[in-house]
Amino acid sequence: MIGETPTPTVSALAHQFDDLTQQNEADDLGMWLFLSTELMFFGGLFLAYTVYRRQDEATFAAASQELDLFWGTLNTAILLTSSLTVALATHAAESRQRQQLIGLLTATIGLGSLFVSIKFMEYHQKYVHGLMPLGGLPFHWDGPSPAHAALFFDLYFLMTGVHALHMLIGLVILLVLLVKAIRGGLLGDHAAPVRVTGLYWHFVDVVWVFLFPMLYLIGAR
Amino acid sequence: MMSSKRSEVPVYAAIYVVLLVLLALTVEAARHDLGELNLVITLSIAAAKAILIVLFFMHVRHSTSLVKLVIAAALLWLAILFALAFADYATRPWDLIIGGMGNNSA
Repeated sequence: MIGETPTPTVSALAHQFDDLTQQNEADDLGMWLFLSTELMFFGGLFLAYTVYRRQDEATFAAASQELDLFWGTLNTAILLTSSLTVALATHAAESRQRQQLIGLLTATIGLGSLFVSIKFMEYHQKYVHGLMPLGGLPFHWDGPSPAHAALFFDLYFLMTGVHALHMLIGLVILLVLLVKAIRGGLLGDHAAPVRVTGLYWHFVDVVWVFLFPMLYLIGAR
Repeated sequence: MMSSKRSEVPVYAAIYVVLLVLLALTVEAARHDLGELNLVITLSIAAAKAILIVLFFMHVRHSTSLVKLVIAAALLWLAILFALAFADYATRPWDLIIGGMGNNSA
């Protein structure tokens, strides 16, 4: 951005910043600070999972087998693809390619919606099979230590549920960005919202990258 | 941050392919019973994927030192959370407190 003169029409620069570089750095820093608190939040859940898994690894491995590896793997691929599309959307916004930005935001929203839909379909399967020990719902476990198996599914629903909530929040933000992009905004110097939302979306992807092996891949299949 | 725009697209595509290969590897590894090694492999691959996403998709390799410091601090605090909690569980008779629910001998 060095050497670029600020555009006189609808300046992207807020008055409290010296220049766009400083503003962009502040935008990124703000999102990273928020993501740090998110890391602490999910970190607590990962810690709880690790402590309870170590208490009875065999039961956690057996409970993990009940999750559908096909849907879990497909959802991981879907989320990784949505990370690619949102990274490309940021690039399109910064290089002023409006049609590409609209297309890539739409693709990201589509992939994110697909992920959440598959997740809820999995939840329904678990409910049907009596593996949803939430709020006094019936829970059937034939193996040893049913209480610890219920703990695995509690953690499964809590961790993936909070993750899915983050996905839904991200989808709402992406929809707002899509409307702005259709109206001709978010291009060039105005691309910061796309870039910062991208950071959030990638973070949610990173959380899933750890959730997937911890929930679906423990023990041999 | 906003540097070398033209060269980014092929980089994103390459990283995406590597991420999918790592996904295939971790799923394949889980099909074999390797004992303790299963956990090591799957968490190592997850860490590799996370590092690739953070460095390239989240463009941290081009970020300011301040952003890198924030990330390092967050990871340090996460390490403190895990280290102190594990120290607690490793040195106290939790099995007695929770009534022998677990099968590990502390």
